[in-house]
Amino acid sequence: MTTTQLAGLLPELEVIRADFPILSRSVADGRPLVYLDSANTSQKPQVVIDTMVDHLERHNANVARAMHALGAESTEAFEGARDKVAAFINAPSRNEVVFTKNATEALNLLARTLDLGPGDNVVITEMEHHSNIVSWQLACERSGAELRWFGLTDDGRLDLSNADALIDEHTKVVAFTWVSNMLGTINPVTDLVARAKAFGAHSVIDASQAAPQLPVDVAATGCDFLVFTGHKVVGPTGVGVLWGREELLNGLPPFHGGGEMIETVTMARSTYASAPHRFEAGTPPIVEAVGLGAAVDYLSHIGMDAIHRHEQAITAYALEGLRTVPGLTVLGPLDATERGGAISFEIDGVHPHDVAQVLDSRGVAIRAGHHCAKPAHARFGVQSSTRMSSYLYTTPAEVDALVEGLEYTRSYFKLG
Amino acid sequence: MSQQLDALYQEIILDHYKNPHHKGLREPFEAEVHHVNPTCGDEVTLRVHVSDGTVADVSYDSVGCSISQASASVLTDLVIGKPVEEAMSIHETFLTLMQGKGAVEPDEEVLEDAIAFAGVAKFPARVKCALLSWMAWKDATARSLEDSHG
Repeated sequence: MTTTQLAGLLPELEVIRADFPILSRSVADGRPLVYLDSANTSQKPQVVIDTMVDHLERHNANVARAMHALGAESTEAFEGARDKVAAFINAPSRNEVVFTKNATEALNLLARTLDLGPGDNVVITEMEHHSNIVSWQLACERSGAELRWFGLTDDGRLDLSNADALIDEHTKVVAFTWVSNMLGTINPVTDLVARAKAFGAHSVIDASQAAPQLPVDVAATGCDFLVFTGHKVVGPTGVGVLWGREELLNGLPPFHGGGEMIETVTMARSTYASAPHRFEAGTPPIVEAVGLGAAVDYLSHIGMDAIHRHEQAITAYALEGLRTVPGLTVLGPLDATERGGAISFEIDGVHPHDVAQVLDSRGVAIRAGHHCAKPAHARFGVQSSTRMSSYLYTTPAEVDALVEGLEYTRSYFKLG
Repeated sequence: MSQQLDALYQEIILDHYKNPHHKGLREPFEAEVHHVNPTCGDEVTLRVHVSDGTVADVSYDSVGCSISQASASVLTDLVIGKPVEEAMSIHETFLTLMQGKGAVEPDEEVLEDAIAFAGVAKFPARVKCALLSWMAWKDATARSLEDSHG
């Protein structure tokens, strides 16, 4: 009923939902699953599952080193996935797409290989996921560089008022999230990239939450590096992506040493392959990359613009519904057009774990805790929060189930 | 559904959550520890005062869910005033209950209000919540004994 009234929803939402087999299962004694934890990990469509099963059943072999039919098929599938990912983010060259274990590994790769020293500084933000904080803390401790960060405004945006003081001629890296996993804030990426560029600093975008829900065009952002993870874009776990400008990637020292990343090896020294293989030491996550290729093709087929509109419609609907729950405070921007599909909130008198537990007993899956963003929580004086996050398969009825569940939670804990 | 939830959130637990006993940090103490549950962010700062082989006081400051807060309150009720050895044995009994996956029958003689946590043992994700302050207490008590012996 509501579904047809809400503008911006994906037109064939029921058909899309049918693509995700897990959405038809029940939990909590026969209740339909209401999965609102997609910012944590997304569910997988049948085509991704089938592609991976087919690869394992029919084409499995190691890549780039097996001189037989299966080796050729496996290599073709793996490298084909690289082409699909390159197309998904509009990368100028397929050589710029490096497969990593996840976004965290991609960020650590950069923090390990970008040249930093005493007197340099790295600028991050207070709304980063721990992976984009700790990796740079470690890099600064190792190198003697200084770590700086943008603070946040009370409404959950980046406080750019001191940007001119933060980013200066000693800045080597400006690393920031495109969409906050906790506050949902969409950051002004082109502005930040331009500020980094003005001082010759490298820009690094964490697109872990952006890639699932916004059209990502690396060329349009103007950035130097961008990372995201496979499992949040309806792909499998175990594979992530580092995109970097080809000349920059080839200027970086290797990260891990091993097979595949070399040109030649003698006992005394080695020379290294060019990107992307330079950064893909050892047998890569082959079937995972193949699955990721199918995943981004699936998303592209539906259209990232359409998915973004759907997320905005659901987010606006959810913000409206959450507003009706007494004692509930949303952390982050309240305008759906300026935010992503993750909404963190607090309810007076009930701890997020207890909220999650009661919702789980009603089949509603959300996340409770600090969402790997402790500094962002501390900024708003909270220790943890409850987070709902939607995706392309989320319906308004599921948002209704959440809101009803929150009402029930309040009554369960006798909050009137 | 609601039955399972009620097994977890016993009235006793909700009472301790709303009105925690012995909360707040007090002097004197021999050891203070800070324990966190890194996955969810629950934290407790806990002090132990041992006098003549008896747990003379346990004071704490904590943030977290109802289970972790109620568990700290119940802990202090059970161990304050007890000889250290007996308190350690209560700790052991509680640990066994919590790690029993719901199959251990709690002994009310020993555990008193803590029997309410028997339902928590069926929720693996919440066992850590219930054990946070208990582990902190054991750690602090061991340290206070080390200090008095050293």
